[in-house]
Amino acid sequence: MAEGYSNKVMEHFRNPHNVGEMKDPDGTGHVGNPVCGDIMEMYIKVKDNIITDVKFKTFGCGAAIATSSMMTDLVKGKTIEEALKISNRAVVDALEGLPPRKLHCSVLAEDALKGAINDHLLKTTGKGLQGWKPRDEHDLEHGH
Amino acid sequence: MKRIYLDHAATTPTHPDVLAAMQPFFSDKFGNPSSIHSFGRETRSAIENARGKVADLLGAKPEEIVFTSGGTEANNFALHGIAYANEEKGSHIITSAIEHHAILQPCKFLESRGFKVTYLPVDKHGSVDPEDVRKAITDKTILVSIMQANNEVGTIEPVEEIAGMVRGTRGEGRNVYFHTDAVQTVGQVEVNVDKLGVDLLSLSGHKFYGPKGVGALFIRKGTRMVPFLRGGEQENNRRASTENVPGIVGLGKACELAKNELDSRIRHLTPLRDKLIKGIMNKIPDVVLNGHPDQRLPKNVDISVKGIEGESMLLNLEMEGVAVSTGSACSSGTTEPSHVLMAIGLSHELAHGSLRFTLGRLTTESDIIYVLDVFPGIVEKLRKMSPTYKKGG
Repeated sequence: MAEGYSNKVMEHFRNPHNVGEMKDPDGTGHVGNPVCGDIMEMYIKVKDNIITDVKFKTFGCGAAIATSSMMTDLVKGKTIEEALKISNRAVVDALEGLPPRKLHCSVLAEDALKGAINDHLLKTTGKGLQGWKPRDEHDLEHGH
Repeated sequence: MKRIYLDHAATTPTHPDVLAAMQPFFSDKFGNPSSIHSFGRETRSAIENARGKVADLLGAKPEEIVFTSGGTEANNFALHGIAYANEEKGSHIITSAIEHHAILQPCKFLESRGFKVTYLPVDKHGSVDPEDVRKAITDKTILVSIMQANNEVGTIEPVEEIAGMVRGTRGEGRNVYFHTDAVQTVGQVEVNVDKLGVDLLSLSGHKFYGPKGVGALFIRKGTRMVPFLRGGEQENNRRASTENVPGIVGLGKACELAKNELDSRIRHLTPLRDKLIKGIMNKIPDVVLNGHPDQRLPKNVDISVKGIEGESMLLNLEMEGVAVSTGSACSSGTTEPSHVLMAIGLSHELAHGSLRFTLGRLTTESDIIYVLDVFPGIVEKLRKMSPTYKKGG
């Protein structure tokens, strides 16, 4: 398939799961920037420390859309602590891999989720996610 | 599964007549054109025959045509060949910001070797201002290289005017050469080296129904050049390497066909192109046409769609059987979107949301109708999942 995407990536790209906005989310993560061509928003509902619902919106390539979709699948029903342990690598593995030059797109999904959890913690406890700040993953990946 | 190929600026299918012309030159007529025996003589004459056809299409003399491995080599040859043959006269080269990388990268290399290069800006339509070229010329200038048409946005540059202006600066020991990269124009619009007034011109076979791996550089008689490939006396000592005989024969045939069919190709493509542009603009809000409104290649439709990234559109079109291309970074494997789209002043978001349809001789009206049928739904679907798209915003 195009760009060397796996069938799993194309499946999620064709019919992404959990797309859309959320009314009154308990946390919102907004990451990426137009310069790099990927922008992602993730919204979560949290009840008793469990992520009961999650939605996303993505401006980005096939890999960005597929990783957003897979990430929402993986975190739904998990506790905050469990969700935080899901790395971009786990998302990539669940998608049966990504072409090397698309790996940076998966970092965006991890960041969007962490952003949403951070937002939720700020709202509920007044303290954000410890040691977390939104990073510009493209700077890290490409060093420009 | 339906398959519609709308990526003719990337490459074209070899014309069946071209293929037929090439066929005997693999196993049957295989001689080395440098050999004196009859095997060599028959391929030598095939090459000279092909050279005549290329020259004929361009309005050049046969001895002014040097065969290369393609457009990239022709461009590298032109830049290096002129730069190193005229070093003692000057070290300044002028080009534009929207050239193909086969021009820009050799320019960067030459800069690292002490040459100075001026990269002229373009306006929002992608046009180079001849006045900017005139102002950039100094006593040190040895070469101006401006493409005849841009591969991405399809803008046809005022090459005739620029070349005329460059010629006007000659005299009193100053001799600025003018090169044009005509890879996107040969076989697509009229290309005549005397009318254009160019000293050097690059072309590539596979962009106009010839085979891959062959191209040519037109070098006007009297132009001071050094070879780019050394190690043999082929091509009148200008390009070493055993000739790619089947490729050269195929290029010759492609040029012959282009000459005969040029008018009908333009008449075929122009209304299809305009139908596609008009259809997209009418059916989809918040789309911009990139490139020049009328100084535009007959095959080219380049757009930016607000709120959506290019590759995601490309993949969706691919799922509907339509093959196109994008200038978005995500597809080219870099972080920066196309230098051409940035040079015409697009925002990063619009540059990442570009899509290029390039039509060809086998494109039909029903292909265009099919695209206009499936494309609006794709845009709507992707805009629904876009965090940046606000209707009318």
